[in-house]
Amino acid sequence: MNAPSRLKYTKTDEWYDPATGKVGLTDYAQSHLSDIVFVEILVEAGETVEVGKAIASVESVKASAEVYAPAAGVVAEVNKAIAEKPETLNQDPYGQGWLIRIENSLPGDLMDADAYIRYCEERD
Amino acid sequence: MTETLTPKVVEPTLFELSSPGRIGVTMPEPDVPKADLPPAHLLRSDLPLPELAEVDVVRHYLRLSQFNYSVDGGFYPLGSCTMKYNPKINEDTCRLPGFLYTHPLQPIETVQGNLELMYLLQEWLKEISGFAAVSLQPAAGAHGELTGVLIMRAYHKSRGDHKRIKMLIPDSAHGTNPASSGMIGLQVVQIPSDARGNVDLNALKAACDDAVVGLMLTNPNTLGLFDENIEEVIRVVHECGGLVYGDGANLNALLGIVRPGDLGFDVMHFNLHKTFSVPHGGGGPGSGPIGVAAHLADFLPEPIVGILEEDDEETPPLFGFIRPAKSIGRIKAFYGHFGGGMVRAFTYIAMHGAEGLKQVAQHAVLNANYLLARLRGSYRVPYDRICMHEFVVEGRFEGSDLRALDISKRLMDYNFHPPTNYFPLIVPEALMIEPTETENKATLDAFADAMIQIAEEARTNPDLLRAAPHNTLFGRMDEVRAARELVLCCWLPEDYSKPLTDEQPASLGER
Repeated sequence: MNAPSRLKYTKTDEWYDPATGKVGLTDYAQSHLSDIVFVEILVEAGETVEVGKAIASVESVKASAEVYAPAAGVVAEVNKAIAEKPETLNQDPYGQGWLIRIENSLPGDLMDADAYIRYCEERD
Repeated sequence: MTETLTPKVVEPTLFELSSPGRIGVTMPEPDVPKADLPPAHLLRSDLPLPELAEVDVVRHYLRLSQFNYSVDGGFYPLGSCTMKYNPKINEDTCRLPGFLYTHPLQPIETVQGNLELMYLLQEWLKEISGFAAVSLQPAAGAHGELTGVLIMRAYHKSRGDHKRIKMLIPDSAHGTNPASSGMIGLQVVQIPSDARGNVDLNALKAACDDAVVGLMLTNPNTLGLFDENIEEVIRVVHECGGLVYGDGANLNALLGIVRPGDLGFDVMHFNLHKTFSVPHGGGGPGSGPIGVAAHLADFLPEPIVGILEEDDEETPPLFGFIRPAKSIGRIKAFYGHFGGGMVRAFTYIAMHGAEGLKQVAQHAVLNANYLLARLRGSYRVPYDRICMHEFVVEGRFEGSDLRALDISKRLMDYNFHPPTNYFPLIVPEALMIEPTETENKATLDAFADAMIQIAEEARTNPDLLRAAPHNTLFGRMDEVRAARELVLCCWLPEDYSKPLTDEQPASLGER
């Protein structure tokens, strides 16, 4: 399982990049969901989000899941390309698979990579 | 990956079987004066229907039915679906002419038998569940849920309590529960399970406040476990002014043993198509009656069946329709699924009686525990304790990338319907197994043997599972590609006078 140390993580398996404000779904989440077949981003650029607000809906062949905002702030950008290629979330969860970028953000209660890896191991 | 799956047996369509001039029925000479045809511009020049003999049609559909897997064909342990055997006497009773040849708009005096059956079914469901009133109207389980949450909201509003907007739902509930709440605009708050698979009482207490509409509880839950703190759970929700909804989909485990109304549930739906043997899963319409405690009886959807005039020495009672005083209104045209649902369920209850229904629950629970005991050594069991009518195992093995899906596909090679996959979500690679009471020990053993054999194959020959099924009409479908490249290829022709083609009408634009 891969969890880069430059990122912060939530208990609901989102990652947050403090440097860029980008948000996505972790490697652990994508591997447990297995093949992702549908992604819908539920917020638009310019919208204000609170911590815990559902920002995207993801469906795999196994399950559907909501993605929650790990930080409060204003949505600066959404990854429009992802809807056409949902498999990007499986292939490159920390790169091309980003979902939204939040500006002026105030992160919620987040874990560092080591704590997140321990948290994932506890659940397996 | 553009390979096309080819079935081992090909059944042509009726159009392909068609032969010009072949007919199945000879129409008699008309015994009434012939009427003129409508004007030519209203007539089609051609009607491209297949031309076949009766025997061609019968064999075509018989073959198609044999490609299917059904409860009549084999063991169907689809968890939380209660795929029990559907007794054939139900088919006789629901086709009795008095039931079959009636219309919902007939005057009530001409359908007293139908109304009496509905009245008695309401009474029996009340007795089975411990509720004060029942409406038979909802079309199926999730429709019953929607009706229930509408009633819960109407109850709070009738008391001037307008701030309740949250529905509490445990993570071991049926997926329809949050959907039903979301549908009427309520906020869903998920309550986690504790280490024994019960509702986490501390999390529940923390979530209970004066904004709570209620709790939707599936008990036994989707882990097949009876909540050990059920009375405390209900008390906590009632204390904050909330109501408790029971998802009756798992009622099969409780028949004649525990009555949800006695436990303190305020409202619950029944799945006549699960617990009471109405065919489902493609085999017929569902039916999701709803039962409520006394304080909610006035809110039931209209109409319910009641006695309009009491009987006396000379005349029987007059049954008719009643509108509860604060009814939420109609939630369906007419009265619910009468012939398909109510008559079959009535027959099932009448044939079993009180003692028989109790045995249904006992044997359903015994069968599930027997299977669990046989599988425990081969599959990891989360929340391992005495189960109710179903249980969940993990479809994965240490050091292997095989998944629940691979096990399910391989089970098809052994001619068993796979269990429910990937639900509940709180168990990784979940396989949810519900044998029901209708299976004998030999069938349960054959299934357990197959599951144990598959666990062995997973170790010795994992490719056998990855490529499964091998013995079915079609091999492994590419489910990922099917979902990602969704192609809808069926459209109505723009011009019925032309032969049907695969070509997409231009007016539909880019697909």
